[in-house]
Amino acid sequence: MSHAEEHEGTRRDFLYYATAGAGAVTAGAAVWPLVNQMNPSADVQALSSIFVDISGVDVGTQISVMFLGKPVFIRRRTQEEIDEARAVDVDTLIDTTSENPNKPGSDAADENRTLDEAGEWLVMMGVCTHLGCVPLGDGAGDFNGWFCPCHGSHYDTAGRIRKGPAPQNLHIPVAEFTDETTLKLG
Amino acid sequence: MSGIPHDHYEPKTGAEKWLHSRLPIVGLVYDTIMIPTPKNLNWWWIWGIVLAFCLALQIVTGIVLVMHYTPHVDLAFASVEHIMRNVNGGFMIRYLHANGASLFFVAVYIHIFRGLFYGSYKAPREITWIVGMLIFLLMMGTGFMGYVLPWGQMSFWGATVITGLFGAIPFIGEPIQTWLLGGPAVGNATLNRFFSLHYLLPFVIAGLVIVHIWAFHTTGNNNPTGVEVRRGSKAEAEKDTLPFWPYFVIKDFLGLAIVLVIFWAIVGFMPNYLGHPDNYIEANPLVTPAHIVPEWYFLPFYAILRAFTSEVWVVQIASFVTGGIVDAKFFGVLAMFGAIAVMALAPWLDTSRVRSGKYRPQFKWWFLLLIIDFFALMWLGAMPAEEPYASFSLIGSAYWFGYFLVILPLLGVIEKPEATPATIEEDFNAHYGKKSEATPAE
Amino acid sequence: MFKKLVTGAALALALVPAAAFAAGGEAHVEDFAFSFEGPFGSYDQNQLQRGLQIYTEVCAACHGLKQVPIRTLSDEGGVGLPEDQVRAYAANFEVFDAELDDFRPATPTDHFPENNGVGAPDLSLMAKARAGFHGPYGLGTNQLFKGMGGAEYIASLLDGYTGETKEEAGTTFYENHAFPGGWISMAPPLSDEQVEFADGHANDVHHMAQDVAAFLMWTAEPKMMARKQAGFVGVLFLTVLSVLLYLTNKRIWAPHKGKKTA
Repeated sequence: MSHAEEHEGTRRDFLYYATAGAGAVTAGAAVWPLVNQMNPSADVQALSSIFVDISGVDVGTQISVMFLGKPVFIRRRTQEEIDEARAVDVDTLIDTTSENPNKPGSDAADENRTLDEAGEWLVMMGVCTHLGCVPLGDGAGDFNGWFCPCHGSHYDTAGRIRKGPAPQNLHIPVAEFTDETTLKLG
Repeated sequence: MSGIPHDHYEPKTGAEKWLHSRLPIVGLVYDTIMIPTPKNLNWWWIWGIVLAFCLALQIVTGIVLVMHYTPHVDLAFASVEHIMRNVNGGFMIRYLHANGASLFFVAVYIHIFRGLFYGSYKAPREITWIVGMLIFLLMMGTGFMGYVLPWGQMSFWGATVITGLFGAIPFIGEPIQTWLLGGPAVGNATLNRFFSLHYLLPFVIAGLVIVHIWAFHTTGNNNPTGVEVRRGSKAEAEKDTLPFWPYFVIKDFLGLAIVLVIFWAIVGFMPNYLGHPDNYIEANPLVTPAHIVPEWYFLPFYAILRAFTSEVWVVQIASFVTGGIVDAKFFGVLAMFGAIAVMALAPWLDTSRVRSGKYRPQFKWWFLLLIIDFFALMWLGAMPAEEPYASFSLIGSAYWFGYFLVILPLLGVIEKPEATPATIEEDFNAHYGKKSEATPAE
Repeated sequence: MFKKLVTGAALALALVPAAAFAAGGEAHVEDFAFSFEGPFGSYDQNQLQRGLQIYTEVCAACHGLKQVPIRTLSDEGGVGLPEDQVRAYAANFEVFDAELDDFRPATPTDHFPENNGVGAPDLSLMAKARAGFHGPYGLGTNQLFKGMGGAEYIASLLDGYTGETKEEAGTTFYENHAFPGGWISMAPPLSDEQVEFADGHANDVHHMAQDVAAFLMWTAEPKMMARKQAGFVGVLFLTVLSVLLYLTNKRIWAPHKGKKTA
């Protein structure tokens, strides 16, 4: 076999690999849109952050809003509720983490659960961490916070699990104040 | 599988033998992919692979669209807009599906006319031809019902007009129309059943495609000369053929890739060119568009449907003979379906002993006229139903039937065909020169 | 041979004495040069913002845009308003909330409201629901060169009033040389200097008609730029694939084909 033929052979192989590669890339490029179309569409994504007007929420009351298909509790706590929650020793809690993505890695101290320094605004997903029921609010349960009627989980005035089968404190959504009366969720 | 002698799959390892004796699937795939194929196939033979691609494209994009579409008269139009505006890449998927239907019909028409020119319908390939015609009919049904789903003005009024055709059937027409629509007029029931059938029929088509391929793999492909592959021995057959893989797979893919360049350019840069603007207006049962036009691929047959009015003497005779049962409306419906039926009957109407049109000096010109007729009817189908278009449509329709019912049978008797090559090998070598017997570069 | 036949067929078709069927009374649509035309054209953000202003101050009185989510006003490549402006803009509209069973100010996630007040058509898709260019002879090939012409039609219509009116069955019709039939029931909506633009852009009818037509092209086809980009990349890639397949095909067939003699 001469050199020219060897050279010819390499060039031929390269052409075949290039063609097969280009074909594979084309097929691969066709697959991604088919997968991606099943991800949340723009209208669903647009709902991943909502603005809530909280000008009507008085001290000692709460509102529930739907966010990402689940209820969110927005409570403006009284001074007694704040004092009660802050008197608890974190180490005695079932779940000692804040479950607050706005303050990642923090412990379950009341200051880490609320949105403002003073502790007036408590914003939580209204979903029991046990099996997903919606707890009752307005001072329900043994700890004057929330009580899940499904399996008897008691949460305190900071939404922390104190008694019952639920493993974690009520989760806190990503949230911030955009002005005095507007809360942005997500 | 009978047919051209060639090497079959031989299981070698123990595992291969184990599987082969239980399920000979590897052998089936091997025999299908390595089937001996006439080596003189020209570029008109690529459209089969384009059609297979179209079917796959339509099924895949269709399944995706269904994930976001809502088949309800109040929501369908908005759900299509949801796909166009909100779904990730949805606008591209929908435009691919809408234009994919057009590519499908471009390919099927070229495929059919290729068969008509090279005599692919002739014995022993009648079953392949008939199954192909069934696929074509199902494609038309699927395309029509798919066009209803976006629930635009053309969707609604197209559905009204086409289902009205069934109302033309004497005596039982009206109950059939009501049964088709699920009510006195096109409505939610109609939309839902069309959605269901539009989803179902492509899978029926896929089944028939397998039968279609099975049939012509049994008889072997036709080829531009119409001369059969020699089957006396494997060595003889190998002089006329090359295995499908890689020779024809690569060639077909090349054809497909070039077709897709054009297709992709249309989808990317002018996706609404082949559609009708009125279908961007939501369906309104109270307002008929000024000019209802079917999709372009129905136009030739739509022109035939409209050509036979009550002034045409054939229609008047038919009406007189049947005592008024066959009126102009019903005659038009019969003509439209008849236009496809005569095409399906071509294997028995063509009396020529020569298969390929290449060697038929007179046939060529009649065939050319048939193609012109097809395009002329397509154009006439989009024109308003008034003179002079009506008269031209009638002439065009008459030629369509004349070609199949008169010219094909007569030509076989009066035409003196030219000599055909003795073998496929001879034809191939006449084009490409004898392959040198010396060892090639390999 | 077959190839020759088809070429012949196409030629013969072109030679049909088409002049006999010259289309009658085609409405006049001007072929405006919009920035979004052609394979690489894109929306002019300033023009879309002016168009939005015209729609809001003029058209919205009678016409809705119910398919268009308000949030898309902040989409890149489109109108491109900042999100806080979009929120403020949305609040100008009232929408019915089934959950509240009452009207409330719209938010960006709502759509522009419907408007059925005087039976004026919804404008969301108007630029795709009309074709400005047809022909010749019903073949539609003009659209290959000029585009579909939906936006051109809208702009021509808004700029096409002659000032003549007539009464028919108690309805006033206005003569318009872009409207098929020549008489339209919509009174001339735009007048010179009707809308004041913050940047002092020309606000005569001719310019405003183009601005609002461009805006309506965007409402009808908000993903046009993404579509053209996908088209360009796809065409490029498939061309490369075609070339590679051509070479591969040539190579694998070479041993079987000698020198081509015909």
